[in-house]
Amino acid sequence: MNTFSNLVYLVPLLPLIGFLINGLGRKSLSKSLIAIIGSGVILASFAISVGIFFEARHFGANPVIVNLFPFIQTAGLSIPFSFQVDQLSSLFLLIITGVGFLIHVYSSAYMNEEETQHYGRYFAYLNLFVFSMLLLVLGSNFVIMFIGWEGVGLCSYLLIGYWFKNNNYNYAARKAFVMNRIGDLGFLLAIFWILGVLGTVSYTEVFTAEALARFTPTDVTAITLLLFVGATGKSAQIPLYTWLPDAMAGPTPVSALIHAATMVTAGIYMIVRANGLYSLAPTTQGIIAVVGTATLLLAATIAIKQNDIKKVLAYSTVSQLGYMFLALGVGSYTGAVFHVMTHAFFKALLFLGAGSVIHAMHHEQDIRFMGGLKKHMPVTHITFLIGCLAIAGMPPFAGFFSKDEVLAAAYGSDNQILWGLGVIGAILTAFYMFRLYAMTFLGKFRGTHEQEHHLHESPLAITIPLIVLAVLSIVGGFFGIPEVFAANAHSLEHFLDPIIIKGSAEMHHLDHATEYMLMGISVGLALIAIIYAWNRFSKRPELEEQTGAGKVLANKWYIDEVYEAVISRPLLAVAAFSKNFIEKGIIDGIVNGTGRFIQYSGRQIRHIQSGQVGNYILLMVLSMVLMILLLFYGHNMNPVIDWIFN
Amino acid sequence: MPIQYYITLSVVLFCIGVVGVLTRRNAIIIFMCVELMLNAVNLLMVAFSKMHHGNALATNPDSLAGVEAQLFVFFTMVVAAAEVSVGLAIIVMLYRNTHSVDVNFLNRLKN
Repeated sequence: MNTFSNLVYLVPLLPLIGFLINGLGRKSLSKSLIAIIGSGVILASFAISVGIFFEARHFGANPVIVNLFPFIQTAGLSIPFSFQVDQLSSLFLLIITGVGFLIHVYSSAYMNEEETQHYGRYFAYLNLFVFSMLLLVLGSNFVIMFIGWEGVGLCSYLLIGYWFKNNNYNYAARKAFVMNRIGDLGFLLAIFWILGVLGTVSYTEVFTAEALARFTPTDVTAITLLLFVGATGKSAQIPLYTWLPDAMAGPTPVSALIHAATMVTAGIYMIVRANGLYSLAPTTQGIIAVVGTATLLLAATIAIKQNDIKKVLAYSTVSQLGYMFLALGVGSYTGAVFHVMTHAFFKALLFLGAGSVIHAMHHEQDIRFMGGLKKHMPVTHITFLIGCLAIAGMPPFAGFFSKDEVLAAAYGSDNQILWGLGVIGAILTAFYMFRLYAMTFLGKFRGTHEQEHHLHESPLAITIPLIVLAVLSIVGGFFGIPEVFAANAHSLEHFLDPIIIKGSAEMHHLDHATEYMLMGISVGLALIAIIYAWNRFSKRPELEEQTGAGKVLANKWYIDEVYEAVISRPLLAVAAFSKNFIEKGIIDGIVNGTGRFIQYSGRQIRHIQSGQVGNYILLMVLSMVLMILLLFYGHNMNPVIDWIFN
Repeated sequence: MPIQYYITLSVVLFCIGVVGVLTRRNAIIIFMCVELMLNAVNLLMVAFSKMHHGNALATNPDSLAGVEAQLFVFFTMVVAAAEVSVGLAIIVMLYRNTHSVDVNFLNRLKN
């Protein structure tokens, strides 16, 4: 009955094999073979994932645990290396392998200019990335999740710094790694804390009523906060979000992979997984909601003044992640997962579309030098427009349903200001996305003649993934049709129901009139923003340098500079002090001083060796007399002499 | 005769040897002083041997206690004879090279 679920180990194993083949054979395999292996393993994983997904519908509250081998086995502590298949992990499997596969196919064309060896390296990293993410969502305890968690951190570092000859890219990769590590520390502490209280980290043992009852309120608040610190690192929330926009240094499909299918959704997954704990910690939930809202507004305001096509999309990701955390904060775990899913579709679509544009423009990323691409790249244009409409929350595209659910949940919470801020965020989202769209595809072409001459639609390997993702962006929302349109049509909520542990605080149910009103307000305002941006930027694109408030936004609120001044500089100063004073002065002083003392004393003692036989004999006699005296009278002088003569 | 006399004589001989070695520069004299020290010790050994043997005979007429020391004296003399032959050879070589038997010329091993 659980045929596919028992084969679940193949899902991460296949990408790992792909990674090994491509990684080891990158110098001997041909490009087409590398692409086929790289994409093929993901496709196979996807096929198994589909089977698992359909089986998981019937699991109810009993997940399938596939034990592979004992991982840590000591007295009183047993952590198995095992996978857990349930509704949540099977859904994530679909997103990761499905979107991941499309990105692999896309990459095979996009990266075609690379040398074979680097092409192989790229696909190896990509497969490893997918493998790590699968490990993360499949692990049946927090430790396995942590392995995957670190794995995606490593792979993002490798892929962001893929073009390692450019030092700025290396810095961006390093920044991503360091920021992730800061968050990881929180996650690690949370794991230890859970181990300390319960002695186990398996989900099936932690998230039971008896186990949860053993946590004191302090435990719960601290653990959830520490887990959230981990999530802010991986999912790019304030204060650890600045690595994500810088991660644009990597190839565009990598950005799509990081932003849509893997990596940034890890934080959401982890909190949804631990929803039993979070429901017990209202303080943490409040903090999450506030952080999420602040992030979504901050990132949205930055996005409206960015000129790099990928930077706009990066900040929009940060902003959309803010929505997901807002949903988590107000207790709508289904809403968060739903938004993860729809966001995976349209964000992958937008990034791949942006990649297609960049490809056609010969690595020009500045939208001020684009414009009028509509007639040159019809498929990219249409699909990109669909992606923009989806992220802006226009019905009936996917983003509408998920964003509406998040906003409705925020309205139903105790704090309706969150809803108001969320709507402002939605307006900003619509505005900056259509600013991007209009400046890229509408108006006149503003690049060089040579670029215009070479403008072309991308090859099929690029456009087919775009079309598939565009279809998903249109229909993806129908998995979560809200109560007002049709009763019991929210299939995702029914699907995820078994893994959401019901807390004491049930969601307020809004009546239909209110819900229609909420939809009307957010859609109406977003529509106005779209129309304004469309008209404004297709006719008068924003080409001049920003001044005043716009300059602050274009410079990302100077957050990077503030971090530089408040955190990096003092740290570097401490490091310089340690290096110059403690290291060079004290430690080197001790080490060199020892050597210098030995040399000095050696030089002095050398004078005894005068060559005068008489002196030698005199010294010999004197020392013999001394030893005889010690032998007779020195017995109790001190323990050292006792030790010498006994 | 009481053993103290022998001990005193040996100590005096030994000290004369030590002082001779320390103060004289003539290699042959130093050599003689070394022999003097060796013989001071030999004398002491013989004296103690005689004393122990005499004490043991008083209780047991067949006792051999203490005679080993006299054997050791013979060993010492044999070793001393060998040493003398080597030492004198060195001194002869020293004289051939430096035309002197002053040990203070032997400072080639300095540094």
